[in-house]
Amino acid sequence: MIIDTTEVQTINSFSTSGFFKEVYGLIWIIPILTLILEITIGVLVIVWLEREISAAIQQRIGPEYAGPLGILQAIADGTKLLLKEDLLPSRGDIRLFSVGPSIAVISVLLSYLVIPFGYRLVLADLGIGVFLWIAISSIAPIGLLMSGYGSNNKYSFSGGLRAAAQSISYEIPLTLCVLSISLTCDSSSTVDIVEAQSKYGFWGWNLWRQPIGFLVFLISSLAECERLPFDLPEAEEELVAGYQTEYSGIKYALFYLASYLNLLVSSLFVTVLYLGGWNFSIPYIPIPELFRINQMAGIFGMTIDIFITLAKAYLFLFISITTRWTLPRMRIDQLLNLGWKFLLPISLGNLLLTTSSQLVSL
Amino acid sequence: MFLLHEYDIFWAFLIISSLVPILAFWISGVLAPVREGPEKLSSYESGIEPMGDAWLQFRIRYYMFALVFVVFDVETVFLYPWAMSFDVLGVSVFIEAFIFVLILIGGSVYAWRKGALEWS
Repeated sequence: MIIDTTEVQTINSFSTSGFFKEVYGLIWIIPILTLILEITIGVLVIVWLEREISAAIQQRIGPEYAGPLGILQAIADGTKLLLKEDLLPSRGDIRLFSVGPSIAVISVLLSYLVIPFGYRLVLADLGIGVFLWIAISSIAPIGLLMSGYGSNNKYSFSGGLRAAAQSISYEIPLTLCVLSISLTCDSSSTVDIVEAQSKYGFWGWNLWRQPIGFLVFLISSLAECERLPFDLPEAEEELVAGYQTEYSGIKYALFYLASYLNLLVSSLFVTVLYLGGWNFSIPYIPIPELFRINQMAGIFGMTIDIFITLAKAYLFLFISITTRWTLPRMRIDQLLNLGWKFLLPISLGNLLLTTSSQLVSL
Repeated sequence: MFLLHEYDIFWAFLIISSLVPILAFWISGVLAPVREGPEKLSSYESGIEPMGDAWLQFRIRYYMFALVFVVFDVETVFLYPWAMSFDVLGVSVFIEAFIFVLILIGGSVYAWRKGALEWS
């Protein structure tokens, strides 16, 4: 849904009614609202999926009372949190306390700008593409520090500092992996990266061209989302709830939302960067008809593209949810050692390998 | 902002997504009850009275991690334009970029050996 301003101006010049001019001017709001609706539904689905999968892994039944099969559980939780009292710490910094979760949510929401769900289904096909995500996700630690400091609680402060340290430590391997992908595909634009993976079907995915980068990206993005095994900032036993201790009601819900939004955007980026985006490329399907589905224009083609992107993203989500309930939590020094002393040299080596292979193929 | 029109949608999205927390706070302000009491306003410390000051002494190791992070982040920012125009630049530019990364790797090895990346 790329809305070209020249198109809008052309429409404006043809319309005769003054009222319609204003309406056409506002047409850019529809894709944004559609995306926000999609994201909200995505988060509800992830929350339900998480509870069902964790219940299955722990051999118990998940939510079953809120709606059929418990699918309205997330809405019920959100509504409950909306109606809870919003406690403010008595001697904390109230402005920082309120702005912290807002920054966390806004920075994660902005990353959805560059994710393509189909060839023309991207909000903003910017030239800098993935670099925008890298840049904006670096703003999140500011929100964590604000929350930790403004809570007037030494455990929250310590938790906020640790969360920020973890966040910034895993950003460098993440950035270097994305840099390697940009180098391979000669462009930072997400649409170009997906297009570059469409040539050889299943074997054209960046997963095969950058296997080390894929593993490093997986680990770094799990750490960025603060999911287990990198769960220490909200370690449920050690720091109570880390920087989220003093939060109640809707501000806590904003942190919860930011966490799941971050997970969804990471899985979508794994899909776009490594798993071929919207290309339907399962090998060995005897019916040649299916391969022409991507090239089918129109609503059916777009729907298939969105469906394929979401299916791949939810595959990664399933992997991350299963990882959460399988691996034990890492200590803070193990976590930082993994980030700085293991992933950083490996991602630098991956970058070097990629540039050498690009040089050879030049 | 007013020159690059392809970023207009970024600003629009920023404004709309900042409405999300604003709307949340407003609805909560309208709907949520407010019954304050001295117990509720005190900090949480596992059920006991909070002991000591609320602000800990800032440990220097957070600063060391942030410093090394800044160095590497600026390095990656410099590497992005190089990566984008890699195919039109020659082998000599590759060698130069390699030397750049080597200098920074030297810095990181120094930090590692000096114990800046230790959490202890």
